[in-house]
Amino acid sequence: MSAGKPALLGQTPSQTVGPYFAYGLTPQQYGYAFSSIAGSTMAEASTPGIHIRIEGRVFDGRGDAVNDAMIELWQADSNGHYARDHGANSLFRGFGRCGTGTHAESKFWFDTVKPGVTGQRQAPHINVTVMMRGLLLHSFSRIYFDDESSANVTDEVLSCVPEDRRHTLLARRVADGVYRFDIHMQGDQETVFFDL
Amino acid sequence: MTGSPLNPRDWSSQPAYIDSAYRSTALRGPTRSLIPAKPALSALAGPVFGHDLLGELDSNLTLNGRKDNDPLGERIIVTGRVLDENGRPLPGTLVEIWQANSAGRYIHKVDQHAAPLDPNFFGGGRCITDGEGRYRFLTIKPGAYPWGNHVNAWRPNHIHFSLFGHHFATRLVTQMYFPGDPLLLLDPIFLGVPEKSRNRMVATFSIDETQEGYALGFVFDIVLRGANETLWETHR
Ligand SMILES: [Fe+3]
Repeated sequence: MSAGKPALLGQTPSQTVGPYFAYGLTPQQYGYAFSSIAGSTMAEASTPGIHIRIEGRVFDGRGDAVNDAMIELWQADSNGHYARDHGANSLFRGFGRCGTGTHAESKFWFDTVKPGVTGQRQAPHINVTVMMRGLLLHSFSRIYFDDESSANVTDEVLSCVPEDRRHTLLARRVADGVYRFDIHMQGDQETVFFDL
Repeated sequence: MTGSPLNPRDWSSQPAYIDSAYRSTALRGPTRSLIPAKPALSALAGPVFGHDLLGELDSNLTLNGRKDNDPLGERIIVTGRVLDENGRPLPGTLVEIWQANSAGRYIHKVDQHAAPLDPNFFGGGRCITDGEGRYRFLTIKPGAYPWGNHVNAWRPNHIHFSLFGHHFATRLVTQMYFPGDPLLLLDPIFLGVPEKSRNRMVATFSIDETQEGYALGFVFDIVLRGANETLWETHR
């Protein structure tokens, strides 16, 4: 990339979210007396679109489920508009947050709507941020849907990903309206993370 | 919606994913190369959070957990600006913090450190930056705490920070440290950051922000990735 004017200021470095984020970032989910700015319920019954649940777990390099991770989702509405776009459905903010510390199997889950197509060469997708103790810099990933195969082959981001790793970005339909998206931090199935 | 593309993340200022001195990274840091996304994708705008989400006392940690008395410890003011690399302030962005109490104990249920909880201190707070990118918290200076990473491992005093900026890709989670803390140079999490950029995480004491007879002032400016100005000019 061509260098612009040299930056004046150095970027503040990242640090791990640590083990104790829950009462600050996901307080209602964990039962603390502080309101949450976002949670697992991203869509209300009245939100237009196909209502879906996305659930999954975060696995460490030993294959153990991580019970102190936090996942954030950021997505377009069912028409493909992000919340501050003109014309976006004002009921749908498109941002969700869930920790993995309240479910017996360390699951995260989101009740949302399937995002629409946001532009040319984009298949329906959801942006993902992963944080946890032991992760010094959060990881960016993307959720695609395994029942959108014809859109997926045209997607400009998926096409940057080596073919044998693309499946790590696919949420699998496991029941009507339910998709499974596991995140593997390491190992053969290591999820694709992006340098955004 | 898209804004202007961002400058790339400055990897030379960031900690490595796997750091043998910080044990939990061994099984949790990604091991494969990140896939470079097209520069245009960094332009994706991020979520916006409005004042309607905040409670009146959210930025005053000396009051937002108060039951029947003032929390114990040293009152401090933590303030600063959120800027991009070009020095432009970022107004209207959410800043969330969480921290231990003055005894070094988190209210989190998992924290079993044998130090007392303070019934009048919660430790979580947030605010939205003003028109000049400024945020301000009134809180209690957090204590140091042991964390079991190695023999006699103690975290330096710190406040956890979470920020969004205006883009999805400007997301930042970091920790603010205090000047002159002798634990800093023994802390693998702080030391995991390359030496040249470590001090960007250390607040400065400010007599100007210090409030007469009431609280010490600390200034912590936070710099997020900025727009690539060259690209921005040509695309206008
Ligand atoms: Fe901490």
